[in-house]
Amino acid sequence: MSRSRRLFITDKAMRLLLVSAASTSVLVVCLIFLFLFKEAGPFALSPGLGKLLGSQWIPVSFQEEHFGVGPLLSGSALVTALAMLVTVPISVLAAIYIAEIARPAEREVLKPFIEILASIPSVVLGFFGLLVVAPLIKTLFGLNTGLTALTGALLLSLMAIPTIISLSEDALVSVPYALKNASLALGASHLQTIFRVTLPAALPGIVAAVMLGIGRVIGETMAVLMVTGNSAILTASPLASVRTMTATIAAEMGEVPFGSVHYQALFWIGIILLVITFFLNIIAQRVLKKYGMMK
Amino acid sequence: MKTNNTADTFILLALRLITYAIVLVIGYILFDIIRHGATALNWQFISSFPRRSGAAGGIFPAIVGTFYLVIGTIAVSLPLGIGGAIYLAEYAEQNRFNTLIRLAIVTLAGVPSIVFGLFGLGIFVLFCGFGPSILAGSLTLACMVLPTIIVASEESLRAVPKGFRDASLALGATKWEMIRTNILPYSLSGMITGSILGIGRAAGETAPILLTVAAFYLPRLPKSVFDQVMALPYHLYILATQHPEADRIRHMQYGTALILLLLVLGLSLGAILIRTHFRKKYRW
Repeated sequence: MSRSRRLFITDKAMRLLLVSAASTSVLVVCLIFLFLFKEAGPFALSPGLGKLLGSQWIPVSFQEEHFGVGPLLSGSALVTALAMLVTVPISVLAAIYIAEIARPAEREVLKPFIEILASIPSVVLGFFGLLVVAPLIKTLFGLNTGLTALTGALLLSLMAIPTIISLSEDALVSVPYALKNASLALGASHLQTIFRVTLPAALPGIVAAVMLGIGRVIGETMAVLMVTGNSAILTASPLASVRTMTATIAAEMGEVPFGSVHYQALFWIGIILLVITFFLNIIAQRVLKKYGMMK
Repeated sequence: MKTNNTADTFILLALRLITYAIVLVIGYILFDIIRHGATALNWQFISSFPRRSGAAGGIFPAIVGTFYLVIGTIAVSLPLGIGGAIYLAEYAEQNRFNTLIRLAIVTLAGVPSIVFGLFGLGIFVLFCGFGPSILAGSLTLACMVLPTIIVASEESLRAVPKGFRDASLALGATKWEMIRTNILPYSLSGMITGSILGIGRAAGETAPILLTVAAFYLPRLPKSVFDQVMALPYHLYILATQHPEADRIRHMQYGTALILLLLVLGLSLGAILIRTHFRKKYRW
């Protein structure tokens, strides 16, 4: 075989190999949907999907089992909402400081340091929450236990902060200089420019950052499992113990017989989580694309 | 004007305070883990098996288990991720198929870790029949880090100037020759360090291995990829929340947390240092 022919064949073979590697992602996404539905499937026929709509989650019982995801959904929603209430203002203001006010040398130190927070494993944060944050909440509010929705929310907030700061900062930095300069040339102060020109211009990027942050927070498992107390009750009180969807899967999957109704119900919770995060992701990407903020 | 200036100074100060409050909290978390963890650390803790179901002894098998999982994850995800990134950066045109690939990567990046656990349980543990094993756990973690590796690697490939490609093609190289000789040598270090950052985070994950590989106590080290392993994150979780003597073995918990933290931060720090080194070496 001639050298040029060999090169030609290698070239085509490599191309094929690389396309296959890239297609793996598509394959994995399809398989995730396929296998979640495969394992969850039989539940839809018996006892029927209507069972999931109830407001009681009592998967193990001598009388009648209840598989209503109401309390778990409300638990996840409460913890996520509280976490975002804390995270969003702090993160956006910190991003403004880092992107627009901090000196370059200061920025070079702040950014990697805040990135460290994203590297701390969630089980380590959960452990810190159990030993430090929970007792703090307990004494602060005079409760019997510090394992509350608020405790979980504070830890989730720690996890979302680096994500939202980093993405918001990207959005702020990508605002064209011409806009900022025009504002300054018209006599606006540095802060006026930041709050009336740069921030509004970066808003779509910040909204997308918050949505991605919500996706991350809803899907977080270990920290909430360790510090929210895990009672499956319907409540809106930040100081009550709650059980999130993720914690339910993690806590109960180890003990259910494979293929049982309970097992299938846990897979349905997984599907609900997957669908929520999937749409949050898609909408965030749409927002970024629409305003030309895609990297 | 005067009031305006006072207000400005106040707002600037408030922004700075918020930012440094975050830094302070991070510092305190690290300080707390290191201070308490350091008292538990000694050679015996790192090198011996647990005794009295984790209340005494060491965490050697958990360190080994996490190490095996990291190796397994790298072996599966690195070739796939880097290959995919090369395709996206060098070959992919704007068409439906490639938009689909990008959509899949974004979707994968957003899937919650516990859902990866369910997926791994369904496909690798049960359907493929691997059982709870290093193989099932590594494959699950590999799926999870795939998007991180692709994004990091593509960025590194795109940083190589266009002239490198043109020069090589103009001399008659095939596309793959061009990539092999003119792109990969300059981007491989960036791709690998970016990937290690992602894999470091996977090493600290608990939810995906909970259902696919982790065991709380094993009397001996794993012999093959079909064996279960102990793992640091799972060990910490059980010691802290499920152990009957949880209140009395805080030093064991802190020690495990510190080792896990050092492992993950060590991997990340190493990757960042290597990247800075190469950034200085190649400059155009």
